[in-house]
Amino acid sequence: MSHATTGLKDHRPAPAPAARPSLSSRSLPRLAPLGFAAVSIALGVGVSLAAGWHSRTQWGLLSALIFLAVSYAVTTAVENQRQARDRLATSVVWVCFLVAVVPLVSLLWTTVSRGVERLDGYFLSHSMAGVLGWEASGGVYHALIGTLEQVGIATVLSAPIGLLTAVYLVEYGRGALARAVTFFVDVMTGIPSIVAGLFILSIMLIAGLEPSGLMGALALSILMIPVVVRSTEEMLKLVPNELREAALALGVPKWRVILKVVLPTAIGGITTGVMLAIARIAGETAPIILVVFGNQLINTNPFAGEQSSLPFYIYEQYKIGEVAAYDRAWAAALVLIAFVMILNLVARGIARWKAPKTSR
Amino acid sequence: MASTTPADTPPAPPVPGPGSRSTGRLGDKVFLGLSKGSGILLLVIMASIAVFLSYRSVIALSDNEGNFLTTFEWNTAGDPPVFGIAVLLFGTVVSSIVAMVIAVPIAVGIALFISHYAPRRVAAPLAYVVDLLAAVPSIIYGIWGALVLVPYLEGLNSWLDEFFGWTYVFEKTEIGIPRSLFTVGILLAIMILPIVTSVSREVFLQVPRMNEEAALALGATRWEVIRLSVLPFGRSGIISASMLGLGRALGETMAVATVLSPNFLVSLHLLNPGGGTFAQNIAAKFGEANEFGRDALIASGLVLFVLTLLVNGAARLIIARRKEYSGANA
Repeated sequence: MSHATTGLKDHRPAPAPAARPSLSSRSLPRLAPLGFAAVSIALGVGVSLAAGWHSRTQWGLLSALIFLAVSYAVTTAVENQRQARDRLATSVVWVCFLVAVVPLVSLLWTTVSRGVERLDGYFLSHSMAGVLGWEASGGVYHALIGTLEQVGIATVLSAPIGLLTAVYLVEYGRGALARAVTFFVDVMTGIPSIVAGLFILSIMLIAGLEPSGLMGALALSILMIPVVVRSTEEMLKLVPNELREAALALGVPKWRVILKVVLPTAIGGITTGVMLAIARIAGETAPIILVVFGNQLINTNPFAGEQSSLPFYIYEQYKIGEVAAYDRAWAAALVLIAFVMILNLVARGIARWKAPKTSR
Repeated sequence: MASTTPADTPPAPPVPGPGSRSTGRLGDKVFLGLSKGSGILLLVIMASIAVFLSYRSVIALSDNEGNFLTTFEWNTAGDPPVFGIAVLLFGTVVSSIVAMVIAVPIAVGIALFISHYAPRRVAAPLAYVVDLLAAVPSIIYGIWGALVLVPYLEGLNSWLDEFFGWTYVFEKTEIGIPRSLFTVGILLAIMILPIVTSVSREVFLQVPRMNEEAALALGATRWEVIRLSVLPFGRSGIISASMLGLGRALGETMAVATVLSPNFLVSLHLLNPGGGTFAQNIAAKFGEANEFGRDALIASGLVLFVLTLLVNGAARLIIARRKEYSGANA
């Protein structure tokens, strides 16, 4: 605060006595940052080559530092220090964004480029039955089945519960109970997946249950319910009150208003929320390790016997530590990431297409 | 907010026909019961998580020969069994702190970039790209971290050791690939970037336009606008966003389990391979654990549960308080 005011005071007298033609102070041309960038990259690469550095990251870092220094110095000289600070902040913010993009690009690129090596019809249609870790065969079929069944059951369990809870919070909820539910839904979204797995595990230990896909689905639904509640709640809040009031004024009972007016209006957003929740739990590994145990063979029955799942399969293959197993892990990772990303894209597509027309 | 008006209207609509009224009431009752029941079910689930985990933990703790809080060992198959969470607590907290130190400034930068710096037209797609980072399953971060990031960080590690070894923290006393708590922290930082970014971004977008325009009218540069009006307004939002990120980092399992090469030593030499976290230890030890060992792991999971509960609860309380505050302002 204090700095800015003094800065302004220092600055203000300057343009006043200046000659008539220019009311504004001197400023750099708009494309000046590009010039700085060119200069600093040239300098950075030059110095790096001279110093004999090999890492491209170091080249990039040096160039970035030179860029910051050059633009700060030049701006201070030509404009003033406040402008220089502004430019510095702009550059830093841009760098932050670029820094975040690098790992995403690297991760996606590695997954796709390593994944396509092994990904084919054979990989998708065969299990790991009788395949040794170092052998370059085997596939992901059993894991695909496991993931689809576990996620399917989890969705069937959590979507209605989540939906009804959201309806309660938005349409009925008042008082201490509603506040408690809201708070614990928020807290529940932060439960680590491994704790959800441990919870089901402790039930299994107490009740003497065997590991199965169903147990995994139960653990996954603990993770899924709060996500569904949160997104559905947001969507229901967007439904204009005029719609509810109009229906109520016609004498329609409240539950029919909810079923026939509120939910259909928000259905696009609710679908999106459920799909994003599915995308989230499809990638969960930790609960599967604890309560489904994994399996090399095809087990299509989620209610009895150990099963595999895509994320578990990736972990299992990674732990083998052989080249062939790494290849399988990357191929499975590509399958999983494609599944998750497609769900994400479709969900957001639906959200845009079916967005409720709000009065706001 | 939107739900206040229906509440003010009488719950039973004035319907003349007695027949239709009764069905309406019955339906209302059933529907209210169902939805209220789901809400209560959620509370029951939360309570039973605490109860069941505590119950199994007590079984394990009653036979533990070591001190649960201070023992540097995890030997549940031994006779007598000895296990303690000192190393796990240390590793969990340290790796999360490293993640926070790296992630929060960058995330705030990205949030500012999206809310104030990026050209309008690309801001939304860029926000989407950052959200995509959140959609990537943690196991994929894990194998990417172990197979791509770890070899890549060897250069950085030796550089840190060479120039910052005098800080003790960055002194590398053991030779080995950097499957260390520091590497785990970097990976966790990448993983919590999206959540910290999206929460901060929401807060930055809520800054009253009047505040920003007033600063601009006084001749402030864009950075001064941010420092004078955006950051002060968003401070509590940034804090709660960081705590949500911290909650994620504390409980992350797969990325740590794949990257870390664990041992049961507490060392502040962060670049040395070793250490462990709660979640990683559970995933790694579970396979060979007998029933008692599983109970012991459940006990450590309970500590993790309480830890994340506290962090997330605090974050949510801060956000909730802020909501009222900004509501009064709007």
